[in-house]
Parts: sequence; structure tokens; C-alpha cells
Amino acid sequence: MRAERIFGAMFWLYLMVFAAYLFAPLIIMGAASFNESRFPTVIPWQGTTTEWFAAMWADAAMWQSLWTSVLVAVCVVVIVVPVGTAAALVLTSLHARARSFAYAVMVSPLLTPGVVIGISTLILWRQMGVGGGVFLIVLAQSTFIICYVMLMVMARLQRFDRTQEEAALGLGASRVMVFRRVTLPFLRPALIASAGLAVLQSIENYNTTLFVRGFETPLTVFIATKVRTGLTPAVNALALVIIVATVIGAIAYEVARRRRAA
Amino acid sequence: MGDLKNRFGPGLSTIFLILVLFWLAVMVLAPNLMMIDYALRPNLPPAALGGPDDTYTLSNILYLAGEPTHRAIFFKTIWASGLVAAVTFAVCYPIAFWMAQRATTGQLAIAMMLIIIPFFINEVLRTLAWFIILAYRGPLNAVLTNIGLIDAPIRWQGDGGVLAAMVYAYILFMLLPIYNAIESLDKAQIEAARDLGASPWRIHTRVVIPHAKAGIATGFVFTFMLAAGSYVAPALLGSPGSRWFTEIIYNWFFEGGDWNRGAAYALVLLVLCLAVVLITLRLFRVNLTDVAK
Repeated sequence: MRAERIFGAMFWLYLMVFAAYLFAPLIIMGAASFNESRFPTVIPWQGTTTEWFAAMWADAAMWQSLWTSVLVAVCVVVIVVPVGTAAALVLTSLHARARSFAYAVMVSPLLTPGVVIGISTLILWRQMGVGGGVFLIVLAQSTFIICYVMLMVMARLQRFDRTQEEAALGLGASRVMVFRRVTLPFLRPALIASAGLAVLQSIENYNTTLFVRGFETPLTVFIATKVRTGLTPAVNALALVIIVATVIGAIAYEVARRRRAA
Repeated sequence: MGDLKNRFGPGLSTIFLILVLFWLAVMVLAPNLMMIDYALRPNLPPAALGGPDDTYTLSNILYLAGEPTHRAIFFKTIWASGLVAAVTFAVCYPIAFWMAQRATTGQLAIAMMLIIIPFFINEVLRTLAWFIILAYRGPLNAVLTNIGLIDAPIRWQGDGGVLAAMVYAYILFMLLPIYNAIESLDKAQIEAARDLGASPWRIHTRVVIPHAKAGIATGFVFTFMLAAGSYVAPALLGSPGSRWFTEIIYNWFFEGGDWNRGAAYALVLLVLCLAVVLITLRLFRVNLTDVAK
């Protein structure tokens, strides 16, 4: 019994350390954006200030890179949601043998390192005279983000009752109408969720983007360059804003999902 | 195919097929073929392209085998990525077991949320967070010197820093598959083993881990692959002595100006990752369908 209690106490200690490992970095990074020190840190605390937020807000290069990231994310969503949905529908209509082969091909971008996707896209398009830039960033990111959409739509399709389509056909609807009025509405939650995931994946991508960016500086590249060339707490302020925005977005998404499920 | 046409009519199914073929042909297949083509050709000045020297050769790949620094970095990237996967497993297994078998519904919901929140945050930002903690005059050194564990600050940047940040970045990819696998284990099996006198160690090695091996393999594959292909953690937290293979590839493209050699190195990385994925899956008899979830 005593051994068990010691074991239990040790386990709770492990849980605490694990939680600290998860959150201490984020908390320290956020806290450092309020410290007056020129290098972002929390020790020593040189006084509380919001000047770094003002500095971040006034940074034109930051706005430029944010704009690039948003533009890329919007284009990515426009590509990946239709293509990913089409891929899921095509895959579920294939017969067993062809299906498992096609499946392996279609998830292969997920098993390819991000840098390789960026490099191969860059090489192909340079051959055709297109250099790095927004177009290639969108294309390279979409290559693997389509897989996520496809998997999410497929998961939803598994719960789809196909007799609904047949019933609509039997009642005289055209096939296009069946797709628009039966299949698509059923897939809607998965499409919205995958669009959200695609935006997140696109904005946070670094490995693939780095190779195809050309002279563009998306947000992740902007931050990584700052870390190497002149890190000030203004970058932390930006990080904190992004983190708060992502967490609020994630919670809002989760709440919406639960409300729908209930 | 017939089924697709039957279901959505000729117009829509053609659109679907065109979209999918565009993706697979133009975005997946063609870039990879062109990369292989590049990797197998020498780096020539534009005037010599199409000339007698423009033939297929293995010289770019052989260069990697012959250059001692690059070769060392390549092998180091492999074992270090394996180490990242192993450490991530050690960190995640107890908590995955607890969540799957011991936690109450409420505890589980909270734990899930706490674990997922950090992973909504950008990898670059998570690496930046470690950059700040591990800085020479940063909080970690300050705390350790203050409580007297170390006399002078330690330079964490380098292998140690890269390891800490990578394990941090890939926890979720290890934790979720293991959790899913252990969750499907019937509690009665653990109790039966205990009633028959098995020690906790034996319960885990003989009952839980064999049951969860597919999940563990999935976690390993993803963590290894992400670590081997990572650029941001070694670039921001590494030191000149801890270079990563992806950094060498980057240099071929944007500093060395030899895209052919860069393509060859990238091809080697791709083959390595695919080999690790396929061998691990075969060893653990896991189906690809179960991996990508």
C-alpha cells in the first residue's frame, strides 16, 4: 500500500512537470513581451511596459508579412477544399484493390518531409520559368494540405447514408442537384472544419514555405528571421497576439462543434 | 470509376477527376520526377546544358557519401531523429496510459484540452519560446544558478536545445496514436494480469505495449519523419556544431548555388523517410490506412 502511494505521488509529480513543460515556454514567451529589457526575457524584470506592443503595431514589415500570409491562406483554402473533397469522393467510389493503391498515393504528401515538397515544387516550376513567390507558396502548401481535407471529408463520408442520394434520385432530382442538395449539405461541417484547419496549417507552415518563398516574407519567415538577426520583445508581443488569437479561435471552434453535436 | 459516374453524373465526375488528377500529376508526381531528374544530372553552366556532359550520373549522391562532414551530419540526423522519437515516447507513454485507462471523464477532457492547445500554436513560435528559455542569460540558467544546481550558466544552444524543442514540438503526434491504441485495451485484461501476480513492469511490457504496438509504431514514424525533416528547430536553436541535414540542403539551394546537389540531398532525405516509414510499418504489421488518421 505504501509503495502504491509513493508511486501515485510520483505520478502526480510527473503530471505537474509535464504540464510545466507544456506551458512554461509559452507563458515565459508571453510574459517577456511586457518586460522593458531589450532582449526578451523575464529575469531580470526591468519594469512593466506595453511599448513592445506599440513597436510591433508600428512595424510596417510585420503588416506586410501578415498580409502575405493571409493572402496565401485564402488562396490555399480556395484550392484545397474543392480538391480534397473531390479526392475523398473519388477514393470512396473506387473498388477495394485500386482504392488501397490510390490511398497510398494520396496520403504520400503527408509522409514526405515538408522541405522536400518545397524543393520539388521549386525545381519543377523554375524549369518552366516560374520563380518562388505567392503562387508557388500556395501550390506547395496545398500539395499536402489537400490530404488533411481529404481525410476529414472521408471520415465524414463514412457516416453518410447513401440511400439518401438514391431516394433523391428516385424522386426525380438530377445528379447535380443530388450533389448540391444532399451530399454537399451533409459534408458541410467537415468542409468548414477542414477550411479552418487549412488556414491554420497554411499560416503556421515554415519548412515548405521557406524554399518557395522567393522574395516574399510570410509571417513565419518574418519571425524566424527576427530571431536570428535582432530579436526584441516586439516579436514576443506579436507571438502573444497570435497565440491569443489561435486559442480563442480553437475554443470558439470547439464550442461550435459541441453545440452542433448536442 | 463507373460508380463515381453513376453517383454524380458525367459532368460532376469529370470535374472531380480533373481536380484529383491535377493534384496528383502536377503537384505530387511531376515535382518529384523533376527533382529526381535534377538529382541525377551534373550542375552545368547554362551554355553546357544539352551538351555532351549533360548526362545522367550518380555523382551528386556519391558526393554525399564521399564528403565526410556531410556524411557525418546525415548519420547524426538519423540517429538524433531516432533519439527524439525515443525520448518523445518515454515522455508520452505514462500520460497516454493514464489518460486511456485511469483518468475520469472530466480529467480526460481537461487533459486533452491542455495538451492540444499548445499544438494549435505555430512551430516557429514554439521554437522561439525555447530560444528565450534556453538563452545564455535566460530564465533556465538564472533559475538553475539561483538554486545552486550549476555554478555558471550553460550554453544550451546546440544538440540539447534542439532535442528539447523537437520533443516539445512533436508530443501530440506521439501521444494521440498511443492514447488511441491503449484506449481500446479492455481494463479487465490489466486486472487479470495483476490478479495472476504480474508486476506493474510486466503488465506494461507484456500486456499494454504489445496491445498498443500499432499506435506506438505510428507515433514513432511521424515523430522520426518530422524530426528528420525539421528545419526551424536546428536553425534557431542549434550551434555550428549541431547542424542538421536539412540545413545542408538549404545551403546548396540558397548559398552554395548548386541545385542539382541540393536535389540529390533532398532525394536522399525523402528515400530515408519513406524507408523508415515502410520498414516500421512492416515490422509492426501496421496498415497504412491506420497510420494517416
